Amino acid sequence: MARAVPLRRKLIFTALAWGIGFVIFFPILWTILTSFKTEGEAVSLPPSFLFFDWTLENYGIVQERSDYLKFASNSVILALGSTLLALLIAVPAAWAMAFAPGKRTKDLLMWMLSTKMMPPVGALIPLYLIFRDLKLLDSHVGIVMVLMLLNLPIIIWMLYTYFKEIPGEILEASRMDGASIGKELIYVLAPMALPGIASTVLLNIILAWNESFWTLTLTTKNAAPLTQFIASYSSPEGLFWAKLSAASTMAIAPILVLGWFAQKQLVRGLTFGAVK
Amino acid sequence: MATQQTRSIGRIAVAPSVIALFLWMIVPLAMTIWFSFLRYNLLDPNPACSLMTPGALMDEANRCLAGTSNYTYFLTDPAFFKAMRNSLMLVFWVLVISVTGGTMLALLLDQAIYGRNFVRLLVIAPFFVMPTVSALVWKNMMMHPVQGFLAWITKSLGLGAIDWFAHYPMTAIVIMVSWQWLPFATLIILTALQSFDEEQKEAAQMDGTPPISFFWYMVIPHLARPVTVVILIETIFLLNVFAEIYVTGSGGRAGNLPFLVYHYGLLANDIGGASAGGIIAVILANIVAFFLMRMIGKNLEA
Repeated sequence: MARAVPLRRKLIFTALAWGIGFVIFFPILWTILTSFKTEGEAVSLPPSFLFFDWTLENYGIVQERSDYLKFASNSVILALGSTLLALLIAVPAAWAMAFAPGKRTKDLLMWMLSTKMMPPVGALIPLYLIFRDLKLLDSHVGIVMVLMLLNLPIIIWMLYTYFKEIPGEILEASRMDGASIGKELIYVLAPMALPGIASTVLLNIILAWNESFWTLTLTTKNAAPLTQFIASYSSPEGLFWAKLSAASTMAIAPILVLGWFAQKQLVRGLTFGAVK
Repeated sequence: MATQQTRSIGRIAVAPSVIALFLWMIVPLAMTIWFSFLRYNLLDPNPACSLMTPGALMDEANRCLAGTSNYTYFLTDPAFFKAMRNSLMLVFWVLVISVTGGTMLALLLDQAIYGRNFVRLLVIAPFFVMPTVSALVWKNMMMHPVQGFLAWITKSLGLGAIDWFAHYPMTAIVIMVSWQWLPFATLIILTALQSFDEEQKEAAQMDGTPPISFFWYMVIPHLARPVTVVILIETIFLLNVFAEIYVTGSGGRAGNLPFLVYHYGLLANDIGGASAGGIIAVILANIVAFFLMRMIGKNLEA
């Protein structure tokens, strides 16, 4: 039942919320606008907001000079690769813990979560040395493994909380009807689990895409994703704001769109199901 | 219900994840602990061992036992106190800003307003911006002392420009990181608010409960849990902030513990010292994690 809200109050709150929203979004908006300016206009004061000569040249130059597509494809490979690889071992684990819990399932889950609390600097030095000795520095395989392990606890947890919501009776019924575990998995569990798996994948692609401790310390060029690509623009060789903006826009746009779709999953995934 | 067969299949299904995570957790940690007791420098195939601990046994990588000297060295390094203070300041201020700001914003967005979903998109956006991008955008386009947008605003108001990263690097980092985490706090708290039972609200209204007591006795207790979750999760991530400091080149004055460890290890090649620092960071994080795990553990039971 909707409550009647005085119109004036509603208007005031609306204006306030829109204003704050605009301020928070402004740095992103400003980056996108600047990416369509010439370098001259990008640094001119007072700044021009909409009335400048819109140009696409920055995007061309960024691609040409620093090979955006290579870094972007690395980002895609690392994000997708690590997520799918993690899924491969996380789905059976979450399934088993949700539907055939043992006495220690809860402890096991908590322990998995605790690996996430380990600060990366605690592992930085050995991992760097291992990677150096195994020639894994700046390799796709190495980073995929790291990102996979980094997000595995979140993936298992998310899948677990989703699987938990699937009524176990349905599985029992199918078992009584003589379905094998394989069939149970494909025909009964999968259709019900897919939305949860999709949400998990979505959130983890976002996390892997933006991960910037390991990608900055363990990659340089060959396997470097967009985080490293943007970091290369930090060299103080002068101000190329329009190009920096174009590069930034291209680095964040895909994930921003995905993120807007994944708001709910974000809450659930990052709070380990504590807030739904 | 779970038969012997399903149970053993369950074990096989869980095994790969458990083994992977176990190795991931234990191998680097064990190595870090081991290195932290060694005199071990990557570049300097080094006289340090024979010089500083006479008669010490060196292995082929020129490493020798160093006792606890790495810890005493790291803990008495003035840079450690600075890094520790920066770490804690960063966590504290970002928490204050994002939690109070996030709560107020969530309360506002929970009101009946036009275009709430659209505003929520605007507010949540910074969370999806990769740290390196937000570092460079804030350092240049927003906070540049001459051409930055903030400089333009303060100058237009006749206040003069502030050179954020030169004079107030810590404040600049706090503003930037708060901008990234305010959306997270807002989203979590808003989600919790929206799960508030609509009937309870109506019942309170019909009973003529004044809005203030409703807020005090109903809303605040309801928010206690999501706010605690936000605080603990943010703390874990905030203790590990690295890219924002690295990319803006603020490590010298605003460097935190992770940055100091990075500096020791990969810039100064002092593996022993860096490992000791890493272990200290692990201990710090574990203190926080302890409380977080207890909270989530309780939730699992509920």
